[in-house]
Amino acid sequence: MAELKYPSDLKYAKSDEWVRVEGDIATLGISDYAQDSLNDLTYIEFSHSVGDNIAAGDAVGEVESVKATAEIITPIAGDILEVNSDLESEPEIINADPYGKGWLVKIKITDAAGLEGLMDAAAYQAYCESR
Amino acid sequence: MLNGIEKTETKALEPLIYDLGSPGRIGVNLPDCDVPESDLPRDLMRDDLKLPEVGELQVVRHFLKLSQLNYAIDKGFYPLGSCTMKYNPKLNEDMARLPGFAALHPLTDGEGTQGALALMHELQRWLGEISGFEAVSLAPAAGAQGEFAGILMIRNYHLDRGDTQRTKIIVPNSAHGTNPATVTMAGFEVIEVPSDNRGDVDLEALRKVCNDRGSEIAGMMITVPSTLGLFEEHILDVIEMVHRVGGLMYMDGANMNALMGIVKPGELGFDVMHYNLHKTFSTPHGGGGPGSGPVGVNAKLKPFLPGPIVEIIEPAQAEDETPLYGLVMPEKTIGRLKAFHGNFGMHVRAYAYIRIYGDTGIRDVSRHAVLNANYIRARLVDTYTIPYPRYCGHEFVLEGRFADAPDVHALDISKRLMDYGIHPPTNYFPLIVPEALLIEPTETETKETLDEFIEAMKRIAHEAKTQPELLHDAPHSAPVKRLDEVKAARDLVLCCAPALPNAAGD
Repeated sequence: MAELKYPSDLKYAKSDEWVRVEGDIATLGISDYAQDSLNDLTYIEFSHSVGDNIAAGDAVGEVESVKATAEIITPIAGDILEVNSDLESEPEIINADPYGKGWLVKIKITDAAGLEGLMDAAAYQAYCESR
Repeated sequence: MLNGIEKTETKALEPLIYDLGSPGRIGVNLPDCDVPESDLPRDLMRDDLKLPEVGELQVVRHFLKLSQLNYAIDKGFYPLGSCTMKYNPKLNEDMARLPGFAALHPLTDGEGTQGALALMHELQRWLGEISGFEAVSLAPAAGAQGEFAGILMIRNYHLDRGDTQRTKIIVPNSAHGTNPATVTMAGFEVIEVPSDNRGDVDLEALRKVCNDRGSEIAGMMITVPSTLGLFEEHILDVIEMVHRVGGLMYMDGANMNALMGIVKPGELGFDVMHYNLHKTFSTPHGGGGPGSGPVGVNAKLKPFLPGPIVEIIEPAQAEDETPLYGLVMPEKTIGRLKAFHGNFGMHVRAYAYIRIYGDTGIRDVSRHAVLNANYIRARLVDTYTIPYPRYCGHEFVLEGRFADAPDVHALDISKRLMDYGIHPPTNYFPLIVPEALLIEPTETETKETLDEFIEAMKRIAHEAKTQPELLHDAPHSAPVKRLDEVKAARDLVLCCAPALPNAAGD
């Protein structure tokens, strides 16, 4: 197994999403641990389009792999600015580059309260290694 | 040694039947037509549909060869958890092929169907007795349809009382995958509750859901034993909590193979349950189906049963006479789920199975199923991580991963088992166990077979640490080697074109 990565500039949810906050914009994706456990991704479906308002805890989409399907939950509320539609034809980008080209959605934050419940890289790494 | 078998280039093991044919070759001579001929409707005619043009011997050889490439319970051990792939006694098949059953036209009415109706009536009664329910409908065509029927009955029960607020069904995260699908199909929303560290429903989480949203709860669907193979230790508390807020309890009876003659779900307090005759009562399964998913209910839900059900229309006049049976639709029925009377051929097989075993025999089926699963679990506990180390029901889950063989996954273990002549267990299910392998031996296997499986699992664990490439490249001895599951899932090839709308416009 290649060493899993836990970039220190990101925040992580217990349900294995990562969030990168730049100003009032948040980028959301799934962690290296998540893509590794799901194995080869075969399908992704976004449940919202650009402009939609989403609440913390809403599903922004669903990924499917040869092993399982998983909902992607946003920990923060806001308006969807962009969805990474390249993933729809090439979901394997997430396996190859979960923190870079494999980002899922960009959100204009309207309520950042959900960020407080997230883990930093060290806490998330410890959490993953205990599973 | 299997280790020595080399990977060979993949080639077609048997051509498609279309490629065996030659224009004009035929396998049968049709007799002269004895009714007036008429043309097929023009809009139903097509000339792009290829038909195989082959002789009888080619057909026989073709399908015999294909059957020999197949793997089946009649050929070897098949510990596919959650599916109960038990052996189907051949006597069931003899009974289902009796001309009085097999050739009975579903539109036959009255006296001509009394034998078949008597059999269905008896089967309804026995399934009611085994599950502790007041009434049973044999109508559902398979387990998922039984679930759908059960949840629709719960829905109509609430609506019938004028209670329209109940839009949620609770489903534990150890449930069968069909349960949340059923809830959604029936128009409800799922509230998922987590499991605790013993694999049971997290009672605190359930209590919170019931306290906070009690008036929205239509019911709860729960699989007992769960897909972790565990009998829910607090089942009476779970039932009480949901009942107290007015919800009904649905039991997914897919795992009844662990409970028959031991626990009656109706007596535990469940309101409705479905059986899978193709799991528990040895009717054909998988490609050999069809399935059958009867539902049992208590008095509360009896008026809502899907129809038709068989009832005695006129009691017997004397001791040596038989009553008159008939098909009836229950008073507030949710309706029909399919044409005619459910999958009747499966009813005959299940009837034969129960009849042969009798009450003590049926109990022994479950006892042996549970014993076999616990025997394997106990003997593998030192080799594999078993996440819930307690007595299991008819199946148990282990983790197909090793700290000292990080590149080996559950899938590799499964593929390698094929080299040992064993069908893989269920992979990656239930989802709450990492690298899950769900193992269900069933009651019909000998101790020698169980020991062979245990030995194979131990050898594979050793190979994982010493020769992991053996697992990665497995299977070596199956008719086809490792399939590219990712390509199969990503590049779908649809072979069936959607039906065109009727040209006549109706």
